[in-house]
Amino acid sequence: MSAYWKTNQRRLAPWLFLAPGLFMFMLYVIIPIFQSVFVSFQDWDGLGEARWIGVDNYVELMDDDAFYTSLKNNVIWLALYMLAVPAGLLIAIFLNQTIAGMRLYKSLFFFPFVISQVVVGLMFSWFYAPNFGLFYNLLEWLTGTGTAVLADDRFVTYGIIVAGLWPQIAYVMILYLTGLNNVAPDQVEAARLDGAKGWRMLWYVILPQLRPATFIAVVVTVIGALRSFDLVSIMTNGGPYGTSRVLSFYMYEQALSEYGYRMGYGAAIAVVLFAIMMIFISGFIWKMWRDETER
Amino acid sequence: MFPRPITQLSAPSQTLYKIAVPVALFLWLLPLLGVALTSVRPASDLAQGNYFGLPSALAFENYATVFRNTPMLQYMLNSFWVTIPTVIGAITLSCMTGFALAIYRFPSNLIVFFMFVAGNFVPFQILMVPVRDLTLSLGMYNTWYGLALFHIAFQTGFCTLFMRNFIKALPFELIEAARVEGVAEWRIFWFIVIPLMRPAIAALSVLVFTFIWNDFFWATVLTNSAATQPVTAGLSSLNGQWIAQWHLVSAGSILAALPPVVMFFMMQKHFIAGLTLGAVK
Repeated sequence: MSAYWKTNQRRLAPWLFLAPGLFMFMLYVIIPIFQSVFVSFQDWDGLGEARWIGVDNYVELMDDDAFYTSLKNNVIWLALYMLAVPAGLLIAIFLNQTIAGMRLYKSLFFFPFVISQVVVGLMFSWFYAPNFGLFYNLLEWLTGTGTAVLADDRFVTYGIIVAGLWPQIAYVMILYLTGLNNVAPDQVEAARLDGAKGWRMLWYVILPQLRPATFIAVVVTVIGALRSFDLVSIMTNGGPYGTSRVLSFYMYEQALSEYGYRMGYGAAIAVVLFAIMMIFISGFIWKMWRDETER
Repeated sequence: MFPRPITQLSAPSQTLYKIAVPVALFLWLLPLLGVALTSVRPASDLAQGNYFGLPSALAFENYATVFRNTPMLQYMLNSFWVTIPTVIGAITLSCMTGFALAIYRFPSNLIVFFMFVAGNFVPFQILMVPVRDLTLSLGMYNTWYGLALFHIAFQTGFCTLFMRNFIKALPFELIEAARVEGVAEWRIFWFIVIPLMRPAIAALSVLVFTFIWNDFFWATVLTNSAATQPVTAGLSSLNGQWIAQWHLVSAGSILAALPPVVMFFMMQKHFIAGLTLGAVK
């Protein structure tokens, strides 16, 4: 036994170290993905007997207006959420100076990211609240009539996205501040001697050096946009009349809320969301894989 | 340095910048300041339409009311009960997985590593039905450990990515030298690598603490009573009961936000180091 261990120690050790973490991750993350796909072919209320119905859930989805509303909103989320990347860069450039108290300013700018999205959602609900909300009053003062953003199906999704952008911009900002800190000073000086400044300097000298930060910023922003659930749930609960639903929220509504326990249908929505995210995830993984094997 | 340091500009521009930064900060934090101010505003102010002016008195009794009339204290304790074991669990597991993936060469190394990375990005909804079912069948539905076990497993993905890259950057000669001396593999892990991982452990602890404290989705899926609900889920249900009582909603919000904020300010350096891992080459 001990002789066997002595000779094979180095071959067995990694698997012994991996075992507990791998077991947990398999049990709670990897296997459930496949189980969800399986459930999506069933009619199941979560308690009773599950019935195999093939692709019926997906066929029903094709004809479900609420599904298309959610899908459309997800696209809007994704597109507008990407604004966090340039906005974060802008604030990072603005703050990348050394004046007294700058450290404190930077951490205060970062503040929104530390706060729970539930609290962010409540803050913005208050901000938008009809009659007394700060934003409502500002609009009234500017245009003469206030708008209850969260009760108006034309604006509600945009209103929620703005709330989501607040912490997201803070996150991107901190990524870029770290990136800017590590930009090679000699290259910047050399470019300056060659007369580069402003936009050209940013585009040709600084941004190429910020690529790792940009990559992470894009990854976390895409994932954040498609994961949006908390804000929708807190601020509007999908309303008015389901117009602010996104796929993650609609799935929850179908599977677990008072509207019924349709686990199979919910799982089918989740599979669609998963498929959309897989497009992005495989892109990210492909790039990381390339970086890893090149080294 | 980019942009050009402000100290090289004229005195008026410097002054302008020094004014612009706090003004921008004020506008940036306006929603937060509004809620903070509302949380100490007496209810009578709101009734009289005093929403933006200074509060007529500092009403710290809003906070007392929240604690007295709602299970807020219980919610916050529940959050700690879920968060602290998750931090310990996820970091313990990922020290080991990170070590295994960084130090050993074996055929499926990269595949296992990227499985952890990819799993970390999936939407929560694809896990929801099976994880809820598993938790129910283990008899752990609506318990702090049922919720914590899921969080430990999920956070292991992100933590493994972090730990593996951190260990990979350590000088490998240390381990080779120990092996030449005939030191057992687990002793290398425990006596050589773990002491060097202190900064990584600190960074991940604050990050995981914040992520788990702020989790809302799993709290609503895996718990359903005031005795076990974390503060995010609790605040959401209180919000349903407190219609238009914004002084209470605000006080509750500030309370729920406080622990991660304190954590952030205490461990700022580690927090940012953790969050920006990989942002520089």
